[in-house]
Amino acid sequence: MKPFDYQRAERLEHAAQLMSDGATAIAGGTNLLDLMKLQVETPRTLLDVNKLPMASIEDDGSGLRIGALATNTATAVHPRVKADYAVLSRAILAGATQQLRNKATTAGNLCQRTRCYYFTNIDQPCNKREPGTGCGAIKGIARLHAVLGTSDQCIATYPGDMAVAMYALNAVVHIANPSGAVRSVPVREFHRLPGHQPEKDNVLEPGDIITGVILPAPVSGTHIYRKVRERSSYAFAMCSVAAIVRMEEGRIAHASLAFGGLAHKPWYDPQIEQSLVGEAPSLALFDYAADVLLKTARGYGENDFKIPLARRTLAAVLCEVTGVDA
Amino acid sequence: MSHVFEMQKPDERNRLDAMKQGVIGQPMDRPDGIAKVTGTATYAAEYAIKGCAEGVLVTAPFTRGRVTRIDAGSITGMPGVIRVIDDARLITRSAQAAAGEAPDQGPLTVHYFGQPIALVVAERFEQARDAAMALKIEFDADDLSDVPLDPAAVETELIETTAQGDLEQAMKDAVHSVDLTFTTEGHASAAMEPHAAIAEWDGEQLTVHASLQMPNYNISELADCLGLEEDKIRCLSRYVGGGFGSKLGISPEAVAAAIAAMELNRPVRVVMSRQQVFQTIMRRTETEQRLRLGTDADGRLTAFGHEARISNLPNEEYTEPVVQSSQLLYGGEHRLLQIELARIHCMTAGSVRGPGEAVGMPVLEAAMDELAEQAGLDPVELRLRNIPDKHPVKGIPYSSRKLAECLEQGAARFGWDRGPRKPRQHREGEWWIGTGMASAARAHSVRPAQARVTLHVDGTALVETDMTDIGTGTYAILTQIAAEMLGLDPANVRVDLGDTRHPRGAGSGGSWGAASTGSAVFVACEAIREQLAERLGTSESALDLADGSCTSGGSKKSLRDVIGNREISRIGHFKPGELQEKYAAASFGAFFAEVAVNEWTGEARVRRMLGAFGFGRVLNAKTARSQCIGGMTWCIGAALTESLLFDPVDGHLVNCDLAEYHVPVHRDVPHLETILVEERDPVASPIQAKGVGELGICGGAGAIANAIYNACGARLRTFPMTPDKILAAMPE
Repeated sequence: MKPFDYQRAERLEHAAQLMSDGATAIAGGTNLLDLMKLQVETPRTLLDVNKLPMASIEDDGSGLRIGALATNTATAVHPRVKADYAVLSRAILAGATQQLRNKATTAGNLCQRTRCYYFTNIDQPCNKREPGTGCGAIKGIARLHAVLGTSDQCIATYPGDMAVAMYALNAVVHIANPSGAVRSVPVREFHRLPGHQPEKDNVLEPGDIITGVILPAPVSGTHIYRKVRERSSYAFAMCSVAAIVRMEEGRIAHASLAFGGLAHKPWYDPQIEQSLVGEAPSLALFDYAADVLLKTARGYGENDFKIPLARRTLAAVLCEVTGVDA
Repeated sequence: MSHVFEMQKPDERNRLDAMKQGVIGQPMDRPDGIAKVTGTATYAAEYAIKGCAEGVLVTAPFTRGRVTRIDAGSITGMPGVIRVIDDARLITRSAQAAAGEAPDQGPLTVHYFGQPIALVVAERFEQARDAAMALKIEFDADDLSDVPLDPAAVETELIETTAQGDLEQAMKDAVHSVDLTFTTEGHASAAMEPHAAIAEWDGEQLTVHASLQMPNYNISELADCLGLEEDKIRCLSRYVGGGFGSKLGISPEAVAAAIAAMELNRPVRVVMSRQQVFQTIMRRTETEQRLRLGTDADGRLTAFGHEARISNLPNEEYTEPVVQSSQLLYGGEHRLLQIELARIHCMTAGSVRGPGEAVGMPVLEAAMDELAEQAGLDPVELRLRNIPDKHPVKGIPYSSRKLAECLEQGAARFGWDRGPRKPRQHREGEWWIGTGMASAARAHSVRPAQARVTLHVDGTALVETDMTDIGTGTYAILTQIAAEMLGLDPANVRVDLGDTRHPRGAGSGGSWGAASTGSAVFVACEAIREQLAERLGTSESALDLADGSCTSGGSKKSLRDVIGNREISRIGHFKPGELQEKYAAASFGAFFAEVAVNEWTGEARVRRMLGAFGFGRVLNAKTARSQCIGGMTWCIGAALTESLLFDPVDGHLVNCDLAEYHVPVHRDVPHLETILVEERDPVASPIQAKGVGELGICGGAGAIANAIYNACGARLRTFPMTPDKILAAMPE
């Protein structure tokens, strides 16, 4: 850990100013502090944003507004979330541990950095940590790594669960900039693919602060979050599926699907839903949906298994919600 | 006064059972339990020592070569920095178990990625860590294309062979046979407490608080590292937050702390980061194992081949004893047991929980399952038919063995369906459900051990030895042995451990601690009883001690009156003798597991598991059970999740923390049931106890593997059995 200045933000404008001057925001610190100890992150100034009034979870008339500082635990157990956005509650509870969820926040979790072993080891090359040094994972151990949307610069995955559910829910991220203006970014456009700039995880610019996440009006249907992992808790997803599916008269009337563990961002592809909606459920249909999901998939040896695993996990989820017997 | 007891012949006296206090074997709570759960037990790094400076190890960012310059000037002036220590006495790795001498020294020659090369000392920990990471070093790294990293790609050395008869021919003649090759991945000990030491030097004496399993050997190792006489050194290790092999030998942080304290004339603390512990301490070697098993028409083994390839650094002597229990578990006249060693530059391989059997037994037991299927036999029955009368090579008798009882009682309690088995028979929703079993075996050994027992004038007893309690229950069992022998309430016995000023115990390792050091306490207590008998004018054997009273020949006296104002202090010295050569001594058992495998995702979850174990006398039913279920938990890890991943390019350990090296979490561990089969072993030790510490890990991963097959039909020969591998092997 490098020496750093510590400041506490009292007001949003104050925070935005300090952040445009290069401060790094800290809320729960569950990811940032670990990375600072490893000197993967070396902020000169830590800006504690925990005093900002952004922790509430409020009904906004149709949907729900989750404050940037609402803890994962508070969100997961909120009665409206459990009732109307169960996929979000389930996704959060599938991640980390109770202790971590008590500290982790909405905005921090959206900005969670990859768990790539080469990113977290400063003795190894990593284009995300140190642009231009190369990618250790492509030639190395790529078990955790992406099979969709990779580049020759980076094959890291976004590790979180909460955001995968938010993709399925089509949530919107509110971001304040230093001038005080707040813009809305659909969560599905919040994270980036690595491309030639793997150091940029998301669309935040210097000085931007996430103030909250808007969940749109609830959609009825069965909510599922399915996370596949070799141990049953405290492990990142080998593959996960967030699904909201509604059946009407034997056909799929609504499907909203997002995938974790497969890419540099939670994976959302509207063509998958289009392939399902209006159709009678069948294993063949699910296989076709998986073809759509995986049409550009590419393995890197150690993570080849994720391609068939994603296909099977999607089928498992769709069988469960539609009642198709495997 | 020292009293020596050497095991020259079986001790059939079975004295503990004749004692009157009735505490031996009872499930007594740990005397150290409250201190541990309330956070008042002081672990190595936690001593508050005035003026203590903080050291952080610097590790090599390359695989093999030489550090040509350590530029101490590069961190001069950084806040709090005191000194860069690059002393040639720094060690490049931990000592191996029971080495008693320094491991490889001279940190500038680098043998593996992440090797300690220097220590940076600063006023505060954060300053030392920052400076350690900022320290500039120059080095000549060997071209990686010349550095062997893949054990399968190098020529191996033949280390050990037991050959008898003609295995090849016996395989050809066998009615039923399997010839299978398995692989297991490397394991980390993954103890909760990281390696840590505080060293103090007063100009004459060096005191080291460290997290050690075997101070009795570690003090010699440290003395050899430093070039100091042992009597100038005191090691203290009262509480150890888990060892699992990783703290058997003196390790780099303790030597570095000692050198720094002596150079700076002030106390120095060195705590390794979790990543450093993973990257520099010890790995269990990966293995490739070939099993050749052949039987006659009745399923009796005629051919038994178990060959293993293991790895280690070029100049390390340790070899994982993969075939250790294959030597004695089952019969088979035509035998070949062999170990080959590949020299690679991936950190040091050493003892990690249950070395040998922890990977050898699951593979043997998975092969036995395939053999049972081939022979159309119930897996329990196959094992029962192959329990030999005497050691299959040496022809010597077994000291004691409850294998058949464990198999039978375990099968009955578990509800094992006897008979030939077929996979994919039970389904619950998406989950295939199956069961599997395996035998357990772990070689027994004892080591020399000493302990002092003092009966104070107030009628309480004190037990002193440098033996450690690494979470195993040593405080409890030594309390019980002394209480039983001296007729005291356990509350009146105090046990003081982990101080090298005390008589040398056996150390915690190889499952030998309880039987060895427990016997030393027993011997000391026998000597005290003799003194009491002498004072009473009676014979020791006629003396009954219970509840603080002495009874002999119908007359009863208070123990305090007999002690009077003359406390009695005796050192018991237990020596193994040559008896161990005349008997095959091991602990045995059986595992039964029920596993669910997800049809879609290949995720495997253990639903219940039972272990039946016979390991001589149970000294404490609660701590013994804890040892067993701890081992069974590691079986779940070895079967399903644990795997060290090494980078194929530079050989560095990739998954070097508890987030990515997956030990089982609570949710992975169902209710674990144990049956502790009563046994007395007169050969193993005068307290009739054998080792139990590692028995629970020796084979259970095989039971889980066999259950995976029985559940879903995926016959895997590679551990751990992660969802990706299970899916690839599962029939459509």
